[in-house]
Amino acid sequence: MSARVVLPGMLRELADGAAELPVELADAAPLAEVLDRAFEPWPILATRIRDERGEIRRHVNVFIDGEDAKRVAGVQTPVSPTSTVHVINAVSGG
Amino acid sequence: MSETIVGIGTRKGLWFARSEDREEWRVDGPHFLMSEVLSLLFDTRGGRTRTLVGFRSSHWGPSLQHSDDLGATWVEHPDGSIRFPDDTDTALKATWQLVADPHDGDVVWAGTEPQGLWRSEDAGETFELNRGLWEHPHRPEWGEGFGGGAIHTVLPSPATPDSMLVAMSTGGVYNTRDGGATWEPGNTGIRAYFMPHNEYPEFGQCVHKVARDSATSTRLYAQNHRGVYRSDDDGVTWTSIEEGLPTNFGMTAVAHPGRGDTVWLVPIASDGERIPPGAQLQTQRTDDAGATWRTQTTGLPSRSYTNVLRDAAGTDTHDQPGLYFGTRNGEVYASLDDGESYSRIAEQLPDILCVRAVTLS
Repeated sequence: MSARVVLPGMLRELADGAAELPVELADAAPLAEVLDRAFEPWPILATRIRDERGEIRRHVNVFIDGEDAKRVAGVQTPVSPTSTVHVINAVSGG
Repeated sequence: MSETIVGIGTRKGLWFARSEDREEWRVDGPHFLMSEVLSLLFDTRGGRTRTLVGFRSSHWGPSLQHSDDLGATWVEHPDGSIRFPDDTDTALKATWQLVADPHDGDVVWAGTEPQGLWRSEDAGETFELNRGLWEHPHRPEWGEGFGGGAIHTVLPSPATPDSMLVAMSTGGVYNTRDGGATWEPGNTGIRAYFMPHNEYPEFGQCVHKVARDSATSTRLYAQNHRGVYRSDDDGVTWTSIEEGLPTNFGMTAVAHPGRGDTVWLVPIASDGERIPPGAQLQTQRTDDAGATWRTQTTGLPSRSYTNVLRDAAGTDTHDQPGLYFGTRNGEVYASLDDGESYSRIAEQLPDILCVRAVTLS
């Protein structure tokens, strides 16, 4: 089974245009591990979403099956093998 | 035929103004649209023509990229050029300053938020944190100005390879004389009116910008948060040179690149009124190291309510240097006569954060 990591349009060029990245999972895994695996071929994409401490950037939201990971357990939130992970830029800016 | 390029870093991207004669300008961009462009370096040492840019997206974080073809293509290091080491448990917020080392043609210095000094030995592709400053015992007491807490000024000494000055707001000036191994505060004489219990502390001053004299390397000028100062001992002690200025507040200071004792400031009415004095946009120039000042307004708007931020002014590398500054309402002014007259070379840009210029032959 594969979880799906869905990218916002403005980041897709950093993944050769891919709209979503599959991550093979046998069992549930922490979000950090899923993102590490999804972005392994595209390290610049990884830096856009998490800082060098591994934390999700302040104005980036990551939803796991509709749940905001920051409101659950951050990058330790479990992702199931059938989950859809949406990476979305927060509604902020001027 | 030479070409002068003015890099204009704004709150929403980077533009370039280009000119062969510095009279007719064409503006192209944006690069890095919707990112705050806080730092810029044109590096022409050793035959390269490299543009280094530090910027941050409010969503996607900080980035540092370089171009070796004047912005046609950009390169980003896959792991990030500046990454705090794991043991610091710190994340980079932004790169505020990029400076070419005057002694080693491959060395570039960076000043960051939070307050870090970084050294690159590969012309800005990767950087290493200076531990001497990062682990300074004063660090917990350094503060944050409105824009954040950052090393905003990096001035390696052109005369002494192991000497360098850095500055931050708040925190003030720090100097090293041993290549960055140890750092000592250099704020004697700079007033910190906002610390009423001790207005002349060892450190903690709100120094907005420091410029080094082009003829006397141990002479420096500081635009402070209230107060303008000169140091004649390489940034250790300071004396006020604000007499004759319309106001002692401002953000930027630019030294003439080819003539000693000559510096420009762009005054702001006060910390409580961040508009030009008398609503007249102006530069103040000294030709005698701050003993006297002259007001320069020709070509600049009156009834102006904008101002100029700390890195939004610079000079090109032409034999007859041009002076350029950008305003918070997105205009760039150029002077080819040391500020005696100005012309507007760009307008309708976002809030301008940094301006750097180069003349290429």
